[in-house]
Amino acid sequence: MSNPYALRGDADAADSTPWFSPSIDRKLLKQLMQRNDRHSLWNYGLWLALLLASGTAGVLAWGTWWCLPAFAVYGILYASADHRAHELSHGTPFKTRWLNEALYQLAGFMTLHEGHYWRWSHTRHHTHTLMVGRDAEIAVHQPVRLGGLLLDLFFLKSGAAQIANILRHACGQITPDGLHFIPEAERPKVIRASRIYVAIFLALLAACVLLHSLLPLVLLVGPRFYGGALTQVFNLTQHAGLDENVHDHRASTRTFHTNPVFRFLYANMNYHVEHHMFPMVPYHALPQLHAAIQSQCPAPAPSLWAAWRDILPALLRQRRAAVAVVSV
Amino acid sequence: MAHWTEVCALDDIDNEDVMRFDHNNHTYAVYRLNGKVYATDGLCTHEKVHLADGLVMEHVVECPKHNGRFDIRDGRALGAPVCVHLKTYPAKVEGGQVLVQLG
Ligand code: FES
Repeated sequence: MSNPYALRGDADAADSTPWFSPSIDRKLLKQLMQRNDRHSLWNYGLWLALLLASGTAGVLAWGTWWCLPAFAVYGILYASADHRAHELSHGTPFKTRWLNEALYQLAGFMTLHEGHYWRWSHTRHHTHTLMVGRDAEIAVHQPVRLGGLLLDLFFLKSGAAQIANILRHACGQITPDGLHFIPEAERPKVIRASRIYVAIFLALLAACVLLHSLLPLVLLVGPRFYGGALTQVFNLTQHAGLDENVHDHRASTRTFHTNPVFRFLYANMNYHVEHHMFPMVPYHALPQLHAAIQSQCPAPAPSLWAAWRDILPALLRQRRAAVAVVSV
Repeated sequence: MAHWTEVCALDDIDNEDVMRFDHNNHTYAVYRLNGKVYATDGLCTHEKVHLADGLVMEHVVECPKHNGRFDIRDGRALGAPVCVHLKTYPAKVEGGQVLVQLG
């Protein structure tokens, strides 16, 4: 049977069903939407500095057991580029465009989301959030296969798929899903960027051979895999176990509270309902947005652990679920 | 002769902000920026979302749905996911009122 989650024939059709939107004072929303270079330079600067420090510690300790804790920290920070690339794809952290774009390209490479493809795919995700056959970014397909989700604790399933996409694009062929959401005029950009990715992959392999060491791979590309568990745990909270095919982010998307360290690593995407309702609001203003609309939204889980206490039984139930494909 | 349509009082729009204006079954977006006013089509060329719900930053309006950006002075689409330019209309302030020369 063909995969019902692959984008189907009418995937590009407009959908006139209105989405639920909470009421919020325009002046407050305008204030929350403001970009703040200073805040983001500090936040992103800290992230880069921690990456540099843990990476340097790992290199200096290479060959000893001490490199393990250093690269564990480095890997977690490196894989969290996934959340930063996401936020940067919306263009919300920085007021200065080139800063936003340059960091988007960097974080996109780190998480192996080629920037042009991902921007279009994510645009589709925001238009048709969790609509089966229309949204190409539904992370959990029903019936749920737990093996795939576990493999992705080390990015093995999604990472392999993303690398396969990059290779295919580098060969000048756009994936079937991509043909749905990337306008023709934009496709050469995807192909060009994918070729640059492949050139970097080859340079990295050459460096490993020349240096007789895996260190180059441990520093680049590799950490997205070995450090990816927390990123997977965060990403699955966004929609897993919730309703597909509804025009209401309160039913398809999850917000949870968590500690400042996790919020830093996850770029405040624990406020995911709020992010979907108002994608113009930068990460740093999401707590205020949450406060402004919380009376119109379901109560969030009080912690990441509590969120997973809801998700896990739902995933286990969905191992036998049938997929409902919405028609609009 | 050009026909100017009265939209609102200048003070009805905050500085560096945008307001929706509907006229003859068409939606426009009218902007106020540092003493000047601008007018464009009101719907984003990407997925027909009201730009009046977006954010004005200097001479750029950002769409609330996917953050597509347009230059409000000439309607230029500034990059993915907006690829089609926005139609603009002449606008001016006279006697404290915003006037737009509609299509
Ligand atoms: S609807 Fe405006 S950018 Fe997509």
